[in-house]
Amino acid sequence: MIQDILVKVGMADLNVMADAGGILKTVGLGSCVGLTLYDNESKIAGMVHVMLPSSEIAREGDINLAKYADTSIPELIRRMALSGASTTRIVAKMAGGAQMFSFSGSNDSSMRIGPRNVESCKEMLKKFSIPLLAEDTGGNYGRTIEFYCSTGMLLIRTAQHGNKEV
Amino acid sequence: MNLLNRLAEFQLDVLKEVGNIGAGHAATALSKLLDKPVEMQIPKVSMLPFEEIADSIGGSERIVIAIFLRVEGDAPGNLFFILSQDSANKLLENMVGLHIDTDGSYTEMELSALSEIGNILAGSYLSSLADLTNLNLSPTVPSLAIDMAGAVLSYGLIQFGQMGDHALLIDTKFLEGDHEVEGRFFLIPDPESFSKIFSSLGVPFE
Repeated sequence: MIQDILVKVGMADLNVMADAGGILKTVGLGSCVGLTLYDNESKIAGMVHVMLPSSEIAREGDINLAKYADTSIPELIRRMALSGASTTRIVAKMAGGAQMFSFSGSNDSSMRIGPRNVESCKEMLKKFSIPLLAEDTGGNYGRTIEFYCSTGMLLIRTAQHGNKEV
Repeated sequence: MNLLNRLAEFQLDVLKEVGNIGAGHAATALSKLLDKPVEMQIPKVSMLPFEEIADSIGGSERIVIAIFLRVEGDAPGNLFFILSQDSANKLLENMVGLHIDTDGSYTEMELSALSEIGNILAGSYLSSLADLTNLNLSPTVPSLAIDMAGAVLSYGLIQFGQMGDHALLIDTKFLEGDHEVEGRFFLIPDPESFSKIFSSLGVPFE
């Protein structure tokens, strides 16, 4: 039996899987968004663990493209195309973007980072005309996701809200 | 991100002392609540890649009980008080006599008690810091989450995320006398706050 290849995607990281038996996984999504892109014909998949909505707020010199929604999605598409995926066939799924803690009285915009990450990812998908097939976003709980390249199924696991397949 | 490279050994010692004083007061508060001695370990100050921060408490997916508060005012930052589920259960049993089912779910009453314990401890951590530095530090109302460590902690990394892939963490661990309860404080000052903390303490910076 052939062992499935599991590739982990860290926080503010992205990866492409060009093996039809492969699994992409990222753990502990809170306000971060885990977004997957998939070309069903070539079975090439990509996953990114987006931490922040926009690179405009970056104050680092060499920015980590995988960290920001507006830079990571174009980079993921580029890397998938290099591996042989057709950009016109790519479809997306995503999960995360929770608001882990609720605050009354704080007007700090960083507290709404989850919903802003989700909005920003959706804008980028729209810009590249990539259909969003499924999402499990928002709420106040963390998620771990696994993407199965053979079927295009996204498994979403949570601590207290069960598992979900989309 | 080279903040840690720019910090000299004695500046790191100052940050350790900051953790020491904050957690020391919190440990005293806990000791009074439990009516038992509470030990504290020497704080660790380190610049860690985001992934390793969750690893230091058992990995991104480990379920933890976290009380989080955002510090506002002169030196903004994020403060976490983190307990394992076992520790939280022991704490509830010892302190308020609640017997906890081990299925991992908590009643409203238990959550409220945990939240209040976190509130008291985090409050004493922060107020001792404010006294030490003479800075205006106002905490938001603490918020409780029981979830994966990675999901919870990433919330405190947003400010550092804009500058790099590492965060400076002041980590203090304390243990109740017979080591049944183990808690951690993570203070993650915003990158801009370090100069304020140092100058308030008369420590040269930059």
